[in-house]
Amino acid sequence: MDLTVRVKRFNPEAEPRQPYWQDFPISIDENATVLDTLIHIREMVDGTLSLRCSCRSAICGSCAMRINGHAGLACKTKASDAMDKDGMIKVEPAGNMPVVKDLVVNLDLFWRKIVQVEPFLKPQGPEPEAEYVVPNEAMMHLSGVTACIMCGACVSDCTVLEVDPNFLGPAALAKAYRFTADPRDGDGEGVSRERLRKLSDYGGMWDCTRCGECVQACPKGVAPMDRIMALREQAIKAGFDNNNGARHTEAFTESVGHSGSLNELQLPVKTVGITNIPALLGFLPVGLRALTHGKLPPLVHKNIANVEFVRKLHHKLEEHQPEK
Amino acid sequence: MKYAFYPGCVSRGGCPELYPAAKLICQRLGIELEEMPAAACCGAGVMQEKNQLFGDTLNARTMAMAEKKGLGLMTICSTCQGVMAQANHRMKSDSAYLEKINSNLAEEGLHYSGGVQPKHLLWILIEDYGLDKLMPLVTKPLRGLRLAPFYGCYIVRPTEALGIEEHPERQTSLETLIAALGATVIDFEGKTRCCGFPILTINEKNSMAMVGKHTSEAKDLGADAMVTPCPLCHLNLDGYQPKAASQAHRPIGLPILHLPQIIGLAMGISPKELGLQRHIVNTKPLLVKLGAGG
Ligand code: SF4
Ligand code: SF4
Ligand code: FES
Repeated sequence: MDLTVRVKRFNPEAEPRQPYWQDFPISIDENATVLDTLIHIREMVDGTLSLRCSCRSAICGSCAMRINGHAGLACKTKASDAMDKDGMIKVEPAGNMPVVKDLVVNLDLFWRKIVQVEPFLKPQGPEPEAEYVVPNEAMMHLSGVTACIMCGACVSDCTVLEVDPNFLGPAALAKAYRFTADPRDGDGEGVSRERLRKLSDYGGMWDCTRCGECVQACPKGVAPMDRIMALREQAIKAGFDNNNGARHTEAFTESVGHSGSLNELQLPVKTVGITNIPALLGFLPVGLRALTHGKLPPLVHKNIANVEFVRKLHHKLEEHQPEK
Repeated sequence: MKYAFYPGCVSRGGCPELYPAAKLICQRLGIELEEMPAAACCGAGVMQEKNQLFGDTLNARTMAMAEKKGLGLMTICSTCQGVMAQANHRMKSDSAYLEKINSNLAEEGLHYSGGVQPKHLLWILIEDYGLDKLMPLVTKPLRGLRLAPFYGCYIVRPTEALGIEEHPERQTSLETLIAALGATVIDFEGKTRCCGFPILTINEKNSMAMVGKHTSEAKDLGADAMVTPCPLCHLNLDGYQPKAASQAHRPIGLPILHLPQIIGLAMGISPKELGLQRHIVNTKPLLVKLGAGG
C-alpha cells in the first residue's frame, strides 16, 4: 500500500532551531503499523529520523507519540486505520513534554510526577506476622490500573498540563489510586488518609477538568480520569471536603437531590464557601455583566415536576453509598 | 419527526438564550418536541464523582420517560449528551447494574430497557433530518463568515460511549454543518479540547488560560466567531472571555455562538429572536459583516 507519512521533525543542532514538517511517500505492507512505517523510513529513506521503540507489541511503552493529533502507541496503531482518504498519516512527538529530537521527548516531568505520589505501599497498621493476606476480590478491581505501561500518552494529551505543569496529571493520579484503593495501604481500615490529604491539595485530584483526553489516549484501558473521579469519592468519604472541588460536588448533588435541577446561582457561592468574601466579590463583575445582558439564571429556582421522587431517591442512594 | 426534548439546566439558566433559540429553529424545521417536565439534571459528570449510582439512576429515569413515549431523545448540550451516553454505556455493559437501577425506578412506575440513544441536535440534523432537507430552508447562507467549531469534550470523548465507531461522521459533524450553512470553516487545534468550565471555581487561573488559548488561537486564524453545541463551553468562552483576555494581556473579542443560532441566522430568523444581544462578547460586528443588522 502507498501512503505518505508527514513527520514533525526537530533537530536541536540545526539552524534555525525550529520544528518543521517533512513528507515521506512510501510503499509498505497492508498490515504495517505506524511504527513499521517510521522504522522503514529510518532504515530505507532517512537514517537521521529519531524515534523510540523497543517491544513493537504495546508492552514497553516507548513509542507513544501523536498520530493525527492524538496520542497513542505507534506500534499499536495500524497504518491503514490511521491514514486519511488521501493516504496521509500525520505523526508528531508526544505533547506537554520537551522535544529532544524529532519524535523523542524528554520524560523527566512524567517520572517526577510518578515519584511525587510515592508509588509504593505505605501500610500504617501493625505489621502482620507473615505476608499480608488480602481476599482476591479486594485486588481484582486494581488489575485495570496496574496495566499502566508508563508510556506517557495520557500526559501528552492532558488539557490541564497544557496550561499548568504543576498539575500531577493523569498517569501519576491513576498510580496514586492504585495505592489508595489497595486494602493494604493506609490505616487499619485500608483508608490512605495521608495520601488523600496530600492529593486534595492544589495541583492534585481536584484540578482535573474531566475532559476525557487521557481515557481516550491510554492504550491500556487504565482510564486515568475514572480513577481520579474515584479518588475524589474516596477523599470526600475520608473527610477531606474542605476545598472548592469537594464543596462544588457536594453542592451540585445537593441541589439536584433537592430540586431535581441545578441551581446555578447558588453553586458558585457554595463552592467557594459562603464566608469567603474576597472570592464572592470576585464573582461580581461577571455577575453584573451577565445581569446587564439579561443572562443571569432565574433568581427563583424552580423544582421539576414530581420532585418528591427525586428527593426520596437522593436520600436513599446517599445513605447506601457502596464502600471502597 | 418528533423527539422527547431534554434541554438541560443551563439552556434555561446561565444561557437563557439557548432554549428559545433551539425551540424556534426546531419549529421552523418541522421537528416536533415533547418536553419532559419531570426530567432531572444529568449531573454534568460532577454529581457522578460523588455518587455515580444517583446520577445514572436519574439519567435512566429520563431515558425511561422517552422510552415510555416511544420517542427518541434530543439533547442540545454536549455535556448532557455525553453524560447520558456514558450512563447508557455503563448500564448496557452490566445488566445487574441496570436491574439495580430499575428496581429504584419501579416506585415511579418507570422501567428502562437500555434501548434509548440520546442524540444531540447536531447529530439529528445530519443523521436523521438530513442536510438535503435543511438546504432548501437556508435562505440566508452565511457566506463570507469564518466560523471556528468548538465541540466540548463530552460530545467527542470517550468515543466508545458515543457511538463514534458506527458513526465516524460525528467527529466532523460541526464542520459539516457550518459548511452546509454557507460559512467557511476555520479549523484549529483547540476545537476538541476542554473549555475549562469544570474547574472555573476550583482553579480559575487554569480555566482562564484555557479560554484564552482557544479563543485567541481561533481569532488569530481569522475567525469571525466560534460555534459550539455546548452551553457550558459557551458560559466560559463567552461569559469569561473578558477575564481570560485580561489574564492573557491581549484583546480577544471573539463572539461565541450557540449551534441553533447559526442555523437560525441562515434561515433568516432575526438575531434578536435568537438572543444574540444577550451575549457578553459583542456580536454586532459579526452581524454587520453578515448584513443581518444588529
Ligand atoms: S480528564 Fe483530567 S487528567 Fe485526564 S486529560 Fe483531562 S484534565 Fe487531564
Ligand atoms: S495510564 Fe495509560 S496512557 Fe497513561 S502512562 Fe499509563 S498506559 Fe500510558
Ligand atoms: S514499541 Fe513498545 S510499546 Fe510500542
